[in-house]
Amino acid sequence: MVPTLAGRIQTRLFLLAVIGGLVTAALTPILPVDGPLGDRYQATFVVLAAVAVLGIGWELIYHFLMQWRWEKDWPTLFGLLTLVPEGIVVWLLATRDLVPGLPGPVPTEAFTIHFVLVWLAVWLVANGPMRVPFIHWRFRGGRLL
Amino acid sequence: MTLLDDSIHTRSAPADRPPLDRFDVWTDEMVDAAGIPLHDVPFVSVGGGMGSFVTVDYLRVAGGVPASDIRVLSNLSHPWQTYEHLTRVSQLPRQKRIRSDSASRPDNLWGFPSFAIQEAVARKSVKPLLQVLFEPVFADFYTPELDMVLKGIEREAHRIGYWDMLVQGEVRMVRRRAGGGYFTILENADGRTAFRSRDVHLAVGYAGLRFLPDMQAFRTKLNDFHHVVNGYEDHEHVYEVLRRRPGTVLVRGGGIVTSAVLERLITDRLKYGSQTQIVQLFRTYYDGRHGSHMWSRRPGRNGFAYQGFNYPKSAWGGQLKARMRRLEGSARAEVYDEIGGTTTAWRRHWQRNLAKARKGGWYHTVGGTIQDMRLDGDQMVARIQHAGGVNDLRVDYVIDCTGLDGDVSRHEVLKDLLQHSGATQNPLGRLDVERSFEVRGAGSGIGRVYATGAASFGGYFPGVDTFLGLQISAQEVMDDVARRGYCRRMGAGRSIAQWFKWANGRPV
Repeated sequence: MVPTLAGRIQTRLFLLAVIGGLVTAALTPILPVDGPLGDRYQATFVVLAAVAVLGIGWELIYHFLMQWRWEKDWPTLFGLLTLVPEGIVVWLLATRDLVPGLPGPVPTEAFTIHFVLVWLAVWLVANGPMRVPFIHWRFRGGRLL
Repeated sequence: MTLLDDSIHTRSAPADRPPLDRFDVWTDEMVDAAGIPLHDVPFVSVGGGMGSFVTVDYLRVAGGVPASDIRVLSNLSHPWQTYEHLTRVSQLPRQKRIRSDSASRPDNLWGFPSFAIQEAVARKSVKPLLQVLFEPVFADFYTPELDMVLKGIEREAHRIGYWDMLVQGEVRMVRRRAGGGYFTILENADGRTAFRSRDVHLAVGYAGLRFLPDMQAFRTKLNDFHHVVNGYEDHEHVYEVLRRRPGTVLVRGGGIVTSAVLERLITDRLKYGSQTQIVQLFRTYYDGRHGSHMWSRRPGRNGFAYQGFNYPKSAWGGQLKARMRRLEGSARAEVYDEIGGTTTAWRRHWQRNLAKARKGGWYHTVGGTIQDMRLDGDQMVARIQHAGGVNDLRVDYVIDCTGLDGDVSRHEVLKDLLQHSGATQNPLGRLDVERSFEVRGAGSGIGRVYATGAASFGGYFPGVDTFLGLQISAQEVMDDVARRGYCRRMGAGRSIAQWFKWANGRPV
């Protein structure tokens, strides 16, 4: 899928909500973190929401950078490697108590496992299986609406 | 807007033509009186090549249209016949990789699993997957082998009952029917048959090979089809002769066929020791990034303009597609101009071979045009106009790789449609189509004519003459037929169910 700006944002929000939500729901109970399960779920879903909200800003930057590419495409590798800057920013904000709604401190190990697995799942689905239920999606720059 | 000649308005049929042909709109009685057998079917696709296949595949799989409601009228026995011929003669036999994206699968309307996944599974190798991961920055674009593509199409054609829909013969014309719909006249050994349908889809491809005027003049004047050949016609004799004796060949063009021809000539020299001298003539010579704006600069070097595929990737779904969809008339033509020009793919092994040839002093490039060509004994003399003046070049062969002829007025069926059925031409001279690929002005009551493929180039979607472009066009056609209430829409649930049928090879 070669994205448009609207398509980037819609795809991110949809996949983080659906795929990210499923991965988070399944993963949270086994993450290496102490505390009641309710608090743990609150923490992981707040982090997921932070990735989605901050992601809108990131998508604006990616869209701008893409303009220098003749093909106006976004290679598969870029979609994977952008987990590094995005992960660092969310981690910095979360560990400095700058993300509202977190019930307590965010352990780095648990954060890394959660963030990387959600990212990989979303990236894999966006690069293939997403086309199966939504036959218009790839021809509309990733727009679902 | 390109105007047609005045004969549209003052036409008169030759005396030997059946009188029916003179009328723009036919009634059922007229066809009956002419003694032409009539066959009723809701949807007719004319062409029978890749465009017809992809469109009827979409209608069958996504639109839920039964095979009995579709007829494909064609002089071809299988949909990939012309495509395979053109790829073979232009130096892309089945084992070579075509210029097409991994997810651009004519046999699978989801593009999943991609060709790279299929190849990785078949070869038990992660290499194709890594190539997709690293393309195009750290690796060439992954492209599938032609053989895998064609085998997939054959499998899908069986799955959708393609041959149950195919009727072979020459299509002569499509005419509007009084009261709505169309008559399509097919001629074969049984004589003429009229197919009475609600809709007609035209995917007739190119009218033929394109020859620049100087090439055409040379071939016609001297009746010489040996020394001057088109890259899209069988020209094996050139390579055979050049392997037996030294010679000079002038290769004209800078596109993907040129690259394939150069690769063949270079490989023959490196592998079999032929002594061929190669001169490549570019009409436009690119020696760096080029483009009018810092956000629209295409890479170029050594004469070539480089691009992964036929169009920038965003033409098939990204911002270029979205932008073009909103543009009209001259504004749209300007963008076509901006993204136009001949390009080829930057492939590492091609670059290595070109570098060897350049270093060896047996491959030269020049930017210019041919003013004149004449025979001189066994050789030809090409007078080349270039930036530094005019030079005569003695060559043994000229391989013209400047492309195919997309002139719609040179195609029998399209010309007839322009003359009799209200179709018009777009700013680039092809058929003027809506965003849905409906041919503007050719509607007939409840019926519509759709045109996809090369004939619709210049419309709201630029990548029409590509695999993925044919699928995008087919989706638009199917959506329009569904909007009109004549086929189903495919929601997420049915799409998943159909995908599983595809994966298991079960009929639609």
